[in-house]
Amino acid sequence: MEFSRRHLLGLEGMPKEEILFLLDTAASFKEISDRDIKKVPTLRGKTVVAAFFEPSTRTRVSFEIAAKRMSADFVTLSAPASSAAKGETLLDTARNLSAMQPDALVIRHPSAGAAHLLARHLDCAVINAGDGAHEHPTQALLDLLTIRERKPQFEGLVVAIVGDILHSRVARSNLHALRAVGAEVRLAGPRTLLPRECAAFAFATTDVREAVRGADVVMVLRIQRERQVGNYIPSIEEYARYFCLREEHLAEAKPDVLVMHPGPLNRGVEIASSVADGPYSVILDQVRNGIAVRMAVLYLLLTGAREAMAATREQLQGIPAGKQRRVGR
Amino acid sequence: MTGRAVDGICTRTLVVPLSWSSEARKEVDENHDKKFRNQTLCPLVARGLFFAGGEPVTERVVLDAQGVDRALTRMAHEILERNKGVQDLVLIGIRSRGVHLAERLRSKIESIEGASVPMGIIDITLYRDDLSRSRQQPQVKGTRVDFPIDDRRVVLVDDVLFTGRTVRAALDALVDLGRPKNVQLCVLVDRGHRELPIRADYVGKNLPTALDEEVQVRLTESDGRDEVVLVRQGG
Repeated sequence: MEFSRRHLLGLEGMPKEEILFLLDTAASFKEISDRDIKKVPTLRGKTVVAAFFEPSTRTRVSFEIAAKRMSADFVTLSAPASSAAKGETLLDTARNLSAMQPDALVIRHPSAGAAHLLARHLDCAVINAGDGAHEHPTQALLDLLTIRERKPQFEGLVVAIVGDILHSRVARSNLHALRAVGAEVRLAGPRTLLPRECAAFAFATTDVREAVRGADVVMVLRIQRERQVGNYIPSIEEYARYFCLREEHLAEAKPDVLVMHPGPLNRGVEIASSVADGPYSVILDQVRNGIAVRMAVLYLLLTGAREAMAATREQLQGIPAGKQRRVGR
Repeated sequence: MTGRAVDGICTRTLVVPLSWSSEARKEVDENHDKKFRNQTLCPLVARGLFFAGGEPVTERVVLDAQGVDRALTRMAHEILERNKGVQDLVLIGIRSRGVHLAERLRSKIESIEGASVPMGIIDITLYRDDLSRSRQQPQVKGTRVDFPIDDRRVVLVDDVLFTGRTVRAALDALVDLGRPKNVQLCVLVDRGHRELPIRADYVGKNLPTALDEEVQVRLTESDGRDEVVLVRQGG
């Protein structure tokens, strides 16, 4: 298969073949991290810039390690928020970054669509590392890779996603990807955190037990206190009483159920310690696979001359490539 | 980034892959073989001549199934002779046809010597020197060497030795995995035209070629039959 994408903005609408191709490529990169010398020269001379307008450790470090294992140079903007505080718009910040001629820009931003906006205006590849409550494609890809390592067939798998669906980009990306590869998705959470529209995509319930019953995979989402989730639930304690994933819930799931969590964990809030550290937990495998997935994404976006580039741009902007205004220079 | 912005689009120089040998286009164009196989199914091929896109193409079989097998048997003996047995010996096949050849060498060595030799697989895609020049996305299938290669005698196995760039990449990949005692090179066909100072230790067949000719190694595992053919466009 030929991978002709210029950017990785989201998984919505990505065909199954492309998702599986990404997973295959990622799987073949895992071996590099097991070597004594954890580095291949593939992306020598390429520069990856990370602009994180929201706090993140795991994702940023994971991207950084992935880029470095591929021999790319990785630059982080420690606080791009500072220039935003000075009144610079996102697009201006990005144009300035772009003028420094990176090959890829990894962006996390509190607003949905931030990565898409930049992809329309910048010359480099744009990788969405989370935009508001919209998408977090590399997280969903690493989740799928982790699932596939234990359960070779996606068709017919039942995946329960439990927690704050409303604010979760992880849930959205996973929902799109899992449906594309043929898995059945169930959503569970308090009614206030369960968007009404999600019923169109998946079975939705307020009963964790019902969602977990017979499930092959349970994905637990983090309660995102930074998104004023307190306004949606009476209290953290009450949330924990009804939605914290405990061993008694898992007894209803398939005997070989996998428990996943995108991290960071709020132990005792959305997941009990005994479950997070228990035999069904693959949380640390997810972290390990995150590196392989990001290596694969960087490899696929940064190598090969792209004939399809103009076409992608045309699609995004809805105007023929030849008629585009020169931007970002 | 090497390209210049044209109409806001960054273009990179598009260059045809280094050559069209079966070595240099190894992972670049997976469909190429398929295209070719479909063409060779054309009845005119039996007569050695057919027209594809107006260009006459001639094919000459330089090694048949028996020839391939004999060459492999001889090379298995040579490997054992040079290394005085299988002590510390490991075989590493370069994806994808080198892997099939390495497997066959391993079973030949086993039947000759009665001892099995560890075998690994190396994918050179990540070490290619034309990654940002080739038009198609090379698919990575991964390296699988499940044993330490430190202080081992490594025999690298590939189908065609041409420019030497694949072997250069394979050597780089190898030293990332460890420090072998020595590395030897075994190829089914040496077609000449080296661009790097590399030579093979074991050669199935030396085949003088012109640059515009193409050497195709077909193996039962991937192509349904064993043979080596010399393909010439515009014959």
